[in-house]
Amino acid sequence: MTGDTPANSWPVSAVPAAYMRPGNASFTEFLREAEPHLLPGHGAGSAAATNLPHATTIVALTCADGVVMAGDRRATMGNIIAQRDIEKVFIADSHSAIGIAGTAGFAVEMVRMFQLELEHYEKIEGVRLSLDGKANRLAAMIRGNLGMAMQGLAVVPLFAGLEDAAAFGADPAAAPGPGRIFSYDIAGGRYEEHDYYAVGSGSMFARSALKKRYEPSADLASTVRAAVEALYDAADDDSATGGPDLTRRIFPVVVAVTAAGAVRWTNEEVGAVSEAVVAGRLLKPGG
Amino acid sequence: MTMPIYASPEQFMRDRSEYARKGIARGRSVVVTTFSGGVLFVAENHSPTLHKVSEIYDRIGFAGVGRYNEFENLRTAGIRLADVRGFSYDRRDVTGRWLANAYAQTVGSIFSEHQKPFEVELCVAEVSGTGAGGVGAPVGADQLYRISFDGSIADERKFVVMGGATEPVISALTASFTLGWDLPTALGAAVSALGTAGEGAPRELLPTQLEVAVLDRTVAGRTFRRIQGATLSALLAVPNTPTVEEAEAAAAGVVPNPDAETPDSPVE
Repeated sequence: MTGDTPANSWPVSAVPAAYMRPGNASFTEFLREAEPHLLPGHGAGSAAATNLPHATTIVALTCADGVVMAGDRRATMGNIIAQRDIEKVFIADSHSAIGIAGTAGFAVEMVRMFQLELEHYEKIEGVRLSLDGKANRLAAMIRGNLGMAMQGLAVVPLFAGLEDAAAFGADPAAAPGPGRIFSYDIAGGRYEEHDYYAVGSGSMFARSALKKRYEPSADLASTVRAAVEALYDAADDDSATGGPDLTRRIFPVVVAVTAAGAVRWTNEEVGAVSEAVVAGRLLKPGG
Repeated sequence: MTMPIYASPEQFMRDRSEYARKGIARGRSVVVTTFSGGVLFVAENHSPTLHKVSEIYDRIGFAGVGRYNEFENLRTAGIRLADVRGFSYDRRDVTGRWLANAYAQTVGSIFSEHQKPFEVELCVAEVSGTGAGGVGAPVGADQLYRISFDGSIADERKFVVMGGATEPVISALTASFTLGWDLPTALGAAVSALGTAGEGAPRELLPTQLEVAVLDRTVAGRTFRRIQGATLSALLAVPNTPTVEEAEAAAAGVVPNPDAETPDSPVE
């Protein structure tokens, strides 16, 4: 009929051709090809930005039922407290959680991206990624951020979760086994941690506290208690980590991942644990 | 130099329509309908893995019939489109109407410009309600968009039937549809309606021959759920508490659901 090629007569409101191209199920890689301007960190200046809010301490520890991740609520900008109630621990998908330390702006964007990455894969493929698959995807995303990290805009996540037994045909009634924890360096190195781990400025103190408190066979409640105690110890010695704020009712964010799924504890539940921790410290400041 | 054979534009379009329509009619049907708790998708699909029904976004579902590779391509494009829009704006800014329009534009231009039109028909459904606490949301506010192979788009109020021999299924559903019916009733009616088409109709469809999913208006966030295995069998068993006669009728291959049955089956 006419000599028009489909490309130049393509209606504006139709699906762009890149969206119809067969590809893999990774949202990040799709964005890189089709919409690179939407990638986190696109167009960032070359000057190192030092005066940006930084997110601090995250802890994760395994227990008999799964794994618990908790983070304090403080973001700092040099010696200033930039935000008292920032959230740094998130549910990544139904059976995993992610916590972030580092430049808050990029970190929060990376979490959004990671959550979408998992959801996108699940929708396109019809099945969920394996836990190792999720951990590797996160490593690839951090590696993509290496240039920014070298300018001082590093993001260091902590990833924890359980293998979703039902998704891989295993007997869902079988014991779920302990959760697994993965830590990362800014170059995208992925390291599996055993028992417990912490990242961020107060991580050294939190890890020392967990070393003494960690109990592999503990139930969920006492594991959450141990996590909040460790954050208290981190806040005790690190000025960039915030302790439980009883006056404003701002408490750590706690996500528990068990075979039943990832659940974020309510502020009231974590508040009760935090009050018990603070009450204990009134008698014995060292815990 | 050879002259191309002249074909009038009417003839040209008619040939393409015929081609696409034939391809779509070859497959098995899909029913999409609303019920009190959301939107229900029922597809006759003998493959447990090659899905006809899929999640697109929080409150949006997709059903496709016709050539698998073509609607699969559109499904993937829809998920990408929705995820990119939700990422660059907000999750609430992804709407069924917008997606249905994008599909209609795409399928329409492929129909008129490509060598071969897509042999597909799509349904984009968006469930109403505000998530948790949206239980009382009006059932009539659900949106069902039906997009045809030529890019024409229709906004259906009650149900969408696509693919295969649709007439008997449509007349069965027209007879049984009531606004705000519950899930077991809607599912039973949809399954028996699907059974009125095809060879040896009326047939009774087994749970393994069905692909069933819902968009659940009562939950927040992602509302798409597949109903399969034991859950599906149990749901299918609910509406007709089987008496001996009904069980025998079922064994003989007659649909044992009197209230969802049309008086005379249009297809033999």
